[in-house]
Amino acid sequence: MNWRRALVIGIPMVWLGVFFLAPFFVLGRISLAEAIIARPPFTPLFERAPDGTLEIIASLENYRFLIEDALYRNAYLSSIRVALVSTIFALLIGYPIAYYIARAPEPKRSILLLMVILPFWTSFLLRVYAWMGFLRSNGVINNALISLGIIDAPLRMMQTDFAVYIGIVYTYLPFMILPLYANLTKLDGALLEAASDLGASPMVTFFTITLPLSLPGIVAGSMLVFIPAIGEYVIPALLGGPDTLMIGRVLWDEFFSSRDWPVASAVAIVMLFLVVAPIMWLQSIQNRREID
Amino acid sequence: MDGRVIAAESKPWQNPSAQPFISLRGVTKRFGNFTAVSEVDLDIYRSELFCLLGESGCGKSTLLRMLAGFELPTTGSIRIDGEDMARVPPDRRPTNMMFQSYALFPHMTVEKNVAYGLLREGLKKSQAYERARDMLRMVKLEKLARRKPDQLSGGQRQRVALARSLVKHPKLLLLDEPLGALDKKLREETQFELIKIQETLGVTFIVVTHDQDEAMTLATRIGVMKDGVIEQIGEPREIYETPRSRFVADFIGTVNLFGGKVDVAAPDMMRLDLHELGPVLVPPQTGLTHGQTIWGAVRPERFSLSRARPENTQNAWEGVVEEMGYIGHMSQYRIRLANGVLIRVSQSNRLRDEDPISWDENVWVSFNPAAFRVLTE
Repeated sequence: MNWRRALVIGIPMVWLGVFFLAPFFVLGRISLAEAIIARPPFTPLFERAPDGTLEIIASLENYRFLIEDALYRNAYLSSIRVALVSTIFALLIGYPIAYYIARAPEPKRSILLLMVILPFWTSFLLRVYAWMGFLRSNGVINNALISLGIIDAPLRMMQTDFAVYIGIVYTYLPFMILPLYANLTKLDGALLEAASDLGASPMVTFFTITLPLSLPGIVAGSMLVFIPAIGEYVIPALLGGPDTLMIGRVLWDEFFSSRDWPVASAVAIVMLFLVVAPIMWLQSIQNRREID
Repeated sequence: MDGRVIAAESKPWQNPSAQPFISLRGVTKRFGNFTAVSEVDLDIYRSELFCLLGESGCGKSTLLRMLAGFELPTTGSIRIDGEDMARVPPDRRPTNMMFQSYALFPHMTVEKNVAYGLLREGLKKSQAYERARDMLRMVKLEKLARRKPDQLSGGQRQRVALARSLVKHPKLLLLDEPLGALDKKLREETQFELIKIQETLGVTFIVVTHDQDEAMTLATRIGVMKDGVIEQIGEPREIYETPRSRFVADFIGTVNLFGGKVDVAAPDMMRLDLHELGPVLVPPQTGLTHGQTIWGAVRPERFSLSRARPENTQNAWEGVVEEMGYIGHMSQYRIRLANGVLIRVSQSNRLRDEDPISWDENVWVSFNPAAFRVLTE
């Protein structure tokens, strides 16, 4: 009886321990080391001193470096900005879609949901490449606009922040729609009728009833978009320009170009805390609302 | 009552020149191939407490929803206080509704729920909350104003819903099974409270219910619905005593129904030939002809039971007490006649020490001819 329970809880615990917690500690340990040209490319944690005692060598030098160097600060800020803007757009686009699906009659609803999930069945890389085909100077959009005579010269869309936003919003939109949909289908239609019966116009009903009641869905969807977007590497690498500075790319460069593992580890740890902070904050809000 | 006329006393529906407050003409509602409400004509007068009574699926809720504006009639017109409602959306109608599920806003406190409608009118916050508090005081909930709906009991929620729907002083209050979710005792208490509130405020109420006791207790008039049609409209007493059809007779209360034909239809006497009872003498009635198929309805309490054959009537039959149930203020009997027909009879227990008729006794069942209701539908 008890061992079964231990098994059910134990397997995910072991999984998280081996594949999340242990690497996290490894990362933390490397971030306290110093880069050297060796294999592995960082100083060991313990070193035998000349007098034979074991010394722990650890320094916060890398973190100080991250704070002092404007490149990293800018990369973090820019990542947060990109993730935030993408989340807002995903919400603005995803909410009406989720609302529409939730209000659709049954057979239609399943088809619409399928269409939201369908893109997951093709490779993510392929879909980003497809956007390149759309946004290129001689891509679908530019060619169409030129042939319609709306513009004379192709618009530069590739390798801009605009392309990065499109890529991120497009890729993560289903993560916004699905939790919102799950929340909005639970919304009792009688509440909307009651609001309108009490004199609320459709718009007022939306802002006083629908929106506040869908807040948990908004929070869930926004986190599912914001968190992966902050560390996004592939999309800015493929669609962004050289001036699109995101922490994912900085991380890649540190690890593979500079082979500075300790700084790269410090970058990763700081990013982790940047992501965890909003989750903790939102969860505390959620808890407070429930206690109320 | 500051001179306000209570519809229950003035009975405006008996006055042909009275202006109806709500007037439905030929109202039909179809959902695809299904006709939920069919050609309903209905007049309801100011400060009435009108009950729409019927089984689930009879179209009573659809009718209510059309009055609220949540559904539009497929054909026909609805006028409230002289104004055609065809193009008036729910949020502009002079009606408020109390929902069967109460539909309280779960993210708002009781007081915010009640003030919601007032704030939509553009009332100042302080004024809106003051009026909300007054209304909560009336339904005796002022102490729970800061609670959320999920912290209330079913009866408390019901009163919040009532307060919320009354706070705007609507011309017309629509109540969808207002007492349906309450247990029996609470329901009975609340019925009288509802009548008191209705009479105090003078608001016109339309109540939808499937509970005939509720309708009989509450209503100034009842509309009995079946398959999207109003079968009969009348005061509770009228509906009970002179039902228009077998459906109404059977739906309201208990009834013994007999089938048969008109045998003699003379101006001074009428004789019916019933399958179950044979020849029966009843008071003469116009509009019936010899050989016409009719049904007879007799309420159980209109039968008399006696051990000896009653002398002053020919309408008496002999039978055996097959079942008997003692309910306190009355007893219910099932009498098996010699020809096998089962008759339901109820007798009030007026005396304490009388020797009651009991199981397996031979008895005579009889009725006063005036208690017999002839139905042609």
